[in-house]
Amino acid sequence: MDEFSVLLVDDEKEFLETLIKRLRKRKLKVTGVTSGEDALRILKETPPDVVVLDVRMEGMDGIQTLREIKKVSPLVEVIMLTGHANLEVAVEGMEVGAFDYLMKPMDIDELLYKLQDAYKRKTIQEQKIKYLEEEKKIPSPLLGEG
Amino acid sequence: MKRQLYANLRRKIVFITLAVAFIPLISLSVIIYYQFAQVFRNKIEEQIEYRARAQGNAIELFLKERTAILLAMADTYTFDYLAGEDNLGKVFQIMNHRVGGFIDLGLIDSSGRHVAYVGPYNLLGLNYYSQPWFGEVESKGVYASDVFTGYRRTPHFIVAVRRQESNRSWILRATIDSDVFESLVRAAQVGKTGDAFIINREGIYQTHLRFDGEILSKSNLNPIIFGEGTTVLEKVNREGRKVLYAGRWLKKNNWLLVISQDASEEMTKLFKTKRMEIIIVVSGCLLIILTTIFTTRLTVSHLEMADRKMNELNAQLVHADKLAALGKMAAGVAHEINNPLAVIAEKTGWMEDLLTEEEFKKSQNFEEYKKSLRKIEEHVERARKVTHGMLGFARRMEPHLEDVDINEILNETVTFLESYARTNNIAIEKELETDLPIIASDHAQLQQVFLNLITNAIDEIGKDGLVYVSSSRINSDIAVSVRDNGQGIPKEYQARVFEPFFTTKPGGKGTGLGLSITHNIVQNMGGTITLESEKGKGTTFTVRLPIVVPEKK
Repeated sequence: MDEFSVLLVDDEKEFLETLIKRLRKRKLKVTGVTSGEDALRILKETPPDVVVLDVRMEGMDGIQTLREIKKVSPLVEVIMLTGHANLEVAVEGMEVGAFDYLMKPMDIDELLYKLQDAYKRKTIQEQKIKYLEEEKKIPSPLLGEG
Repeated sequence: MKRQLYANLRRKIVFITLAVAFIPLISLSVIIYYQFAQVFRNKIEEQIEYRARAQGNAIELFLKERTAILLAMADTYTFDYLAGEDNLGKVFQIMNHRVGGFIDLGLIDSSGRHVAYVGPYNLLGLNYYSQPWFGEVESKGVYASDVFTGYRRTPHFIVAVRRQESNRSWILRATIDSDVFESLVRAAQVGKTGDAFIINREGIYQTHLRFDGEILSKSNLNPIIFGEGTTVLEKVNREGRKVLYAGRWLKKNNWLLVISQDASEEMTKLFKTKRMEIIIVVSGCLLIILTTIFTTRLTVSHLEMADRKMNELNAQLVHADKLAALGKMAAGVAHEINNPLAVIAEKTGWMEDLLTEEEFKKSQNFEEYKKSLRKIEEHVERARKVTHGMLGFARRMEPHLEDVDINEILNETVTFLESYARTNNIAIEKELETDLPIIASDHAQLQQVFLNLITNAIDEIGKDGLVYVSSSRINSDIAVSVRDNGQGIPKEYQARVFEPFFTTKPGGKGTGLGLSITHNIVQNMGGTITLESEKGKGTTFTVRLPIVVPEKK
């Protein structure tokens, strides 16, 4: 599996820092921010492959942040973190375009699987786009003659 | 206290209803009775008065006829002619032939000497000068006497006329037949107790009485109380009975014809009416009382029942309020606890990560550390379940209506849980009835319900098994069944599974809130949730939701 970059967004600092350490130990490129606003800033500077986003945050909440993220870079996959089995929020997140969601506190391995799945989907999407773009670049012989 | 209140209310209603019903009924019947009695009485009085007047007229006529024929005889014949016994006899014959009712006839000269006489008594030659009637005839010319005994020593009365013949005057006198006269008077009497008699101005009886009281004795009736012409009055007699008297003055107000009649005898018919009326009114009253008591009891008991229901409803509302408040509090607490829990979990995880490094592996207590960390994780998981349960419980109580497709929700929920089921090697099978109607319900709450039921089913199985989810339409309900092939729920627990904080899961694995929440949600939607369970075979939960057609938008 290639190394890919992850952006963690959670306003609980202790949680965020520990999770960053654990994921880095698992050879992931991880950065963390404590608010949706910071996340959007990072997204513009160094876009990550996958974003892990807490739903309940001060200021901009998870769903709002998710909408903004999808506006700026639709190819970035987002995994939501919620406090409990709140399907309303989960479904809303999925509708807006989240990849999946997890309940806090979560199992680190589960998170890893989800991250990998999300990254896989991202690469497939990117390849598809690349392929489509290349097809466009090759001029059509019919068009050339005409 | 409450009972007293209803008893009071019942009494009040009964009292008012009875008062309203009885007062008009009784006053009406009393008024009608008195009006009727008055009319009846008037009629009786009229009758007796009429009889008195008619019979009085008859008696007057009788006396007038007798007087007239006597006058005619006196005018026709001379003293000398009548003084002849044969001639007087002839005249007497004519008179009796013409009008009848005479006993005897006598001729009296101005000195009072009885000159000639025809009749059964031996009265010839007697002198009447000192008799009271003689003076009356002398002065008035025509005179009908009261009853007196006279020379013959039997009660009788006479009619006498005086004739002025050139230089002398004489008197023709006739005695009226008492039998004829009295039968005339008696013709006015009616009934078993009625009487008819004549008294004079002094109250002396002039005729025989039907029952007691002798002729010529003093009557206890005072004639003065009778007015002019014909008068009716009521008196109480010696035996205490009410007696109606009708009096009519005769003979230039010298005699009074009295007709007496026992009032009660005549009133018997009225009493019958009275009795009948009393029976009708009393039975009517009884009927009203019974009906009033019955209907009042019915009404008040209905009221009591409605009140009780209301109270129960209020209690339920209060209970629901309490639950909602409790839920809000629980949600706050759960959120506050959940974040530290997440931190603890991460820190523990980090420590476990670090333990994998070489330097720690050499440590003597490596195994102890590892075990403790695992324990911490286990307990974090346990706490997590509690907080998640509490958050679920805190979800809003009132359903929020939207167009809902039950099958869609089931599909979503199953998809959501599939990976969790698969990790435990549990398959989820669906058999959903196509074209179920869209109903108005709460999407999120229904998701919660199905999520709870399917999660429960998975947990119930543990590992390796099958969860079977089906939907179908039964009459006006949509039924959703979730069946597992787990251990089943023991009979003694089946009734309690919907109670909050009741759980059969061992060692705090469950919060005991899931089914309680589910139950609340379903009940608030007007649905029902039931379970069937057989030990060793599994459990089926069935949710039935009423089909509420969404409003057209």
